[in-house]
Amino acid sequence: MTQHRKIGDVILQAEAISLSFGGVKALSNISLEVREHEILSIIGPNGAGKSSMLNVINGVYHPQQGHVVYRGKTRDRMRPHEAARQGIARTFQNIALFKGMSVLDNIMTGRNLKMRANFIQQALYWGRAQREEIAQRAYVEKIIDFLEIQHIRKTPVGRLPYGLQKRVELARALAAEPTMLLLDEPMAGMNVEEKQDMCRFILDVNDEFGTTIVLIEHDMGVVMDISDRIVVLDYGKKIGDGTPDEIRVNPDVIAAYLGGSH
Amino acid sequence: MFYRESGQFKSSYAADSAIFTIAQDRVFIAALLALSFVAIPGLASDYLLSGILIPFLILSLAALGLNILTGYAGQLSLGSAAFMAVGAFATYNFMVRLPGMPLLVALFLGGLCAALVGVAFGLPSLRIKGFYLAVATLAAQFFIEWVFTKFGWFSNNSSSGVISAPAMQIFGYPIDSPASKYLLTLSIVAFMALAAKNMARASIGRAWMAVRDMDVAAEVIGIPMLRTKLLAFAISSFYCGVAGALYAFVLLGTVDAQAFDLHRSFQILFMIIIGGVGSILGSFLGAAFIVLLPIGLNLIGQVFHGAISTQFLANLEMMLFGGLIIFFLIVEPHGLARLWQISKEKLRVWPFPH
Repeated sequence: MTQHRKIGDVILQAEAISLSFGGVKALSNISLEVREHEILSIIGPNGAGKSSMLNVINGVYHPQQGHVVYRGKTRDRMRPHEAARQGIARTFQNIALFKGMSVLDNIMTGRNLKMRANFIQQALYWGRAQREEIAQRAYVEKIIDFLEIQHIRKTPVGRLPYGLQKRVELARALAAEPTMLLLDEPMAGMNVEEKQDMCRFILDVNDEFGTTIVLIEHDMGVVMDISDRIVVLDYGKKIGDGTPDEIRVNPDVIAAYLGGSH
Repeated sequence: MFYRESGQFKSSYAADSAIFTIAQDRVFIAALLALSFVAIPGLASDYLLSGILIPFLILSLAALGLNILTGYAGQLSLGSAAFMAVGAFATYNFMVRLPGMPLLVALFLGGLCAALVGVAFGLPSLRIKGFYLAVATLAAQFFIEWVFTKFGWFSNNSSSGVISAPAMQIFGYPIDSPASKYLLTLSIVAFMALAAKNMARASIGRAWMAVRDMDVAAEVIGIPMLRTKLLAFAISSFYCGVAGALYAFVLLGTVDAQAFDLHRSFQILFMIIIGGVGSILGSFLGAAFIVLLPIGLNLIGQVFHGAISTQFLANLEMMLFGGLIIFFLIVEPHGLARLWQISKEKLRVWPFPH
């Protein structure tokens, strides 16, 4: 299904990233690259620094050393909302939906970046504000169709079961039309059927929108199946980087996962 | 039975995102507006207008202001009365020092001054949240009250620090009778409530709620924290400022800074807790409740012909407020507005449970 998808050049490079919290070294000297249109998985045992790596990429954390080059531009300190403006969207490990809002409003929030009306126009709900609201709603409906969540459009997200909440969070990230999508454990806590759905959505997003995807996942079956490349972290260090087949036979990775003589 | 939306289909996103999507709601609101704009000014007694409806509307506006900040944007504030004071004193100064300034322009500029002060005291919100922010806004409350008492310039050097409303008129039409004051207040409040509702359902409202519900995720999705929070402070303080000016000029006529003390801030906070945090309707319900409760208790007192002392009634009022606030915080944190919403949902499917 992904044969007409073409992996392009490197769009993001993390160069020698080191990040520590007090005395704890979360990441030490990690370099990795992400290529356009690919699905890259970051795996590793708990506490390996996977989520920290995502946080560095979209500017939630600022590394003490090293820097991130995104589409040819080097950045050192960047706020997350600036990363969003440049086309990086993400979902969170623990669902971070806006609990007091409906599914529709949650996804519409993902479109806020595209809206230009000032607050006076919005207060009068007139002219540009109204036009934008309706135009963006039309786009959001496309995402809703794509992720098959039409039936819960007006439901407050707090009332939804876990699997659907994860899907709404993906919808909110997709609404921003990202070039690069960071998914932090999109399948954690899901049953087999929900995992299959989520895999299908991830592959479809990658295929239809050409979105570059970086994901963290613990389910090895899923990771080996859908990834183009895999980066393996352990205790904040990179111990493997390659295609699923290469990772499968990498002795360091096997040692980290199954335990071995260090 | 009558409140049912069956058969009302929407065929455009514009219709689906209208303020009132159900026809019965539109009829109800139209009737309410007609009643309040046409029937009440002609029929209501002066006591009903000046004693109940005008204070209700003005306090609703202040509650609306606090609700934008606390209910929508999630920034706890104990300084609403201070921003009301800024609005009142600024409007007063614009009117006294610049003769011939139209009343509405002075009100607007007064609100704008309150907005600026609100932004200044909102700056700590970028670093601190919750209780700590509440304490920072408490500083605004004490500081501003002190400034207006200490520096005579703000009250045009009146000996007692009191400001008195100059004669008010709009387009040559004097605002002096209770009915005209009521209509002025009602027009401003209705317009500003509509504006608040519009903001709440547009992108700025979603940005506020996103910051309230999950600030990290909001920022990751591209919502600039600084701008969103400060805009909430500015708009909220603008509403409070206009409410303060109306409170000073239309309701009381003469005020000093003590009219806007901490007690007033708490009163407005109670309104949104009882009425409904994060709801436009809730601001009105809460204000109605707080205005009507003492009047209702007084009526009960009269029924017993002095068997209950007024002192006891005053204390009873305090106890009831305290009890109700605890009740709402535990049982229904979204207040009267949520109860209203639940009953509407039930009504839509009545007599069936689902």
